[in-house]
Amino acid sequence: MKIRLDNVVKEFQTFRAVHGVSLDIESGELVALLGPSGSGKTTILRMVAGLEYADGGAIYFGEENATDIPVRERGVGFVFQHYALFPHMTVGENIAFGMKVSKVRRSPEAITRRVAELLDLVQLGGLKDRFPGQISGGQRQRVALARALAVDPRVLLLDEPFGALDANVRRDLRRWLRKIHDELGITTLFVTHDQEEALDLADRVVILNKGKIVQEGTPEAVCRNPADAFVMNFLGDANRLDADIRGGKAYVGDVAFEAGGVADGSGQILFRPADVTWREDGHGIAARIVRVIDRPDSRRVLALTGSGQPVEFDTAPEFPHRKGEAGFLDIRRPRAYSAA
Amino acid sequence: MAHPGKGKPPRVGDNPVFRRTLLAFVLVLVALMIVAPLVVIAVEAFSRGVGYFAASIADPDTRHAILLTVVTALIAVPVNTAFGVAAAWAITKHDFRGKRLLTVVIELPFSVSPIVAGVSYLFVYGLQGLFGPALQSAEIKILFALPGIVLASMFVTAPFVARELIPLMQAQGRDLEEAATSLGASGWRTFVSVTLPNIKWALLYGVVLCNSRVMGEFGAVSVVSGNIRGQTNTLPLHIELLYHDYNAAGSFAAASILAGLAIVTLIAKVALERQGAGRVQRPSQLAGADSITPEVKP
Repeated sequence: MKIRLDNVVKEFQTFRAVHGVSLDIESGELVALLGPSGSGKTTILRMVAGLEYADGGAIYFGEENATDIPVRERGVGFVFQHYALFPHMTVGENIAFGMKVSKVRRSPEAITRRVAELLDLVQLGGLKDRFPGQISGGQRQRVALARALAVDPRVLLLDEPFGALDANVRRDLRRWLRKIHDELGITTLFVTHDQEEALDLADRVVILNKGKIVQEGTPEAVCRNPADAFVMNFLGDANRLDADIRGGKAYVGDVAFEAGGVADGSGQILFRPADVTWREDGHGIAARIVRVIDRPDSRRVLALTGSGQPVEFDTAPEFPHRKGEAGFLDIRRPRAYSAA
Repeated sequence: MAHPGKGKPPRVGDNPVFRRTLLAFVLVLVALMIVAPLVVIAVEAFSRGVGYFAASIADPDTRHAILLTVVTALIAVPVNTAFGVAAAWAITKHDFRGKRLLTVVIELPFSVSPIVAGVSYLFVYGLQGLFGPALQSAEIKILFALPGIVLASMFVTAPFVARELIPLMQAQGRDLEEAATSLGASGWRTFVSVTLPNIKWALLYGVVLCNSRVMGEFGAVSVVSGNIRGQTNTLPLHIELLYHDYNAAGSFAAASILAGLAIVTLIAKVALERQGAGRVQRPSQLAGADSITPEVKP
C-alpha cells in the first residue's frame, strides 16, 4: 500500500508540532523517520496511524483519502515504543486480540492456527502461554510485532521499535526485522532517533528537524551528501570550523576548501573525525594536540586550531604524537555551508 | 579482607535492636488502638449473655437499622463506583479544561467535615432550603428519609473509588487503550477487556473502602436522617441512641453487627484477591513451553 502525506500540519502548544510535511512512501518500502526528540517524527507516525488527527493537509492510503478514517478502520499495525502488550493476557491472547475483536469473523480454530503461524514467524513458538511480564524485552518486542501483524494491516508502523533494548539485542532484532519485512513485503514506516538504526534498516531515510523534513533519500545519499549542517551533525560526529566563503571557496585562515554553490559571506566547514590527517610539514590548518584518548581499535585526538577552535580526529593506534605537540590538520572531504 | 564483626547488622539499617524496638512499638499501638476496642465490643456485647445479645439484635428497631444501612450501601456504593470509574477515566485518559479543578473538587469530601455536608444538605433540600418548597409541593421527601441518607452517604464517600483509580490509571497511560483501538476494538470492548482487567484490584479496593465508609457514616447522616427510630435510623445512629438510653449491652451488640459487616467486607476483599492471585499464578505460565494446561479461555 502506497502512502502519501500531503502538506500535513499538526499544531501543539509545546514542541512535537509538524509544519507542512509532504512525503511519498512506495508500496513495500521500509522508511525511517529520523530526527531528534521534539522533531515531530512520532506525531507524524501517529497521524498516519490515526491515533492523532492532522490539523491540516491530507494522508492517502493508495488512492483513498485516509485523513479522517478512524484508527479502528484504518487497517494499520502499530508497534508502540514500550510495546503496550496487555499484561493480563498471555502472549497467545495478545496476538489473538485483534482477530477476536475484528468485524471479520474468524472461527476459534482459524485464530489458533494464525496465532501459531505468527509465533513461528517471530520465532517464539514455545511462549504462547507466558505472560508479557515473564518474557524478555526482545521477546516482548517480537510479540508486539506479531500482534500488529495478526490483523493483516495494510501498513506497519513502529515507534522507536528498539529504543528500550540493549545494544546487542537491538542489532540482532534490526537484522531480523529487515528479514521479516523482505519476506512479507509490507509497507513499513518506523520512527527512530538513532541514525545508525535508520541507516542500517531503512530503504529510505527521512530526516526531520523542528517539524519539517530537512532531507530524504537513501542511506547512501544522505550520508554522502548531507543537505545542511544539521543533517551532517545529526548523522554522526562532525567537526566544525568557521570559514569565509568567497567565490566558491571556503577559507579557514589562509587554507582554502572547495565550496561550490555556497553564497559568499560568513560560513562554516564540517568534516568527519576520520577525514583528518595529522601532518608536520606545514600542509593544512595549524593546531596543537590537547589530549589523546585511547580506544580499542584507534586513537581519538583532541586538538585546538591556531584560532582556538576544537577539532577531534581519529588515528591509528600507533599514532606517536602526544599532548602539547604542534602540527597541521590535513582535512579531506570537508563540506561547506553558510553560517547557521 | 575484613571480617564482619559480631553484633553488626547483616545490612545497613537492619540493626536487630532497632528492628525489635520498631516492631514492639507498632505491635503495642496496634494492640491498644485497634485490637483492644474490638475485643471490648465483643466482650461487652455478650456481657449480659447470649440470650440478651440475640434479643438486642432481634429488636425490630435494630433490625430495621441494619436493613436501612445495608440498603443505603446497596444504592450508594454502586452509584459511587460508577461515578469513580467515570471520573478517573475522564481525568486520566482525556484532556479538557478544568481537569485539575475537577480533581481537587472530587477530593473535597475528604477535607470537609461530614457534619458540614449534612448541614449543607439541610440548606439545599430542607423546608427553608433552596429546593425545599418545590420538593414539598411535589411531595418528594428527601430529608429525614432514605433519599437524604443515601445522598449524604454518597457525598462523603464520593472520592474513594476515583482516588484509588486515578494514580493507577495515570501510571498506566493511554498506550494499552490505543493499542486495543488500533487492533480494531470498540470503545466498550477496550474498556471491558483491557482497561477494566488492569484496574480491577484498585477498583475493588476502592469499593471496599467506600462500602465500609457508607456503612459507618455517622456525621452527615445524623443531620439529614432525623433519627427516627425504626424509620430513618441507620446502624451507627442506632448504636448512639442505644448508648444514650443507657443500654450499653444493646449498643455494643449493635456495634458488633457493624464491626461484623466490616469484617465480612474485608474477608470478601481478601477472598476476591486470592482468586485473582490464583489466576495470575497459573502453573502453565511458569512451566512454559511444553505445559499441558488447556487452552486459556478469554
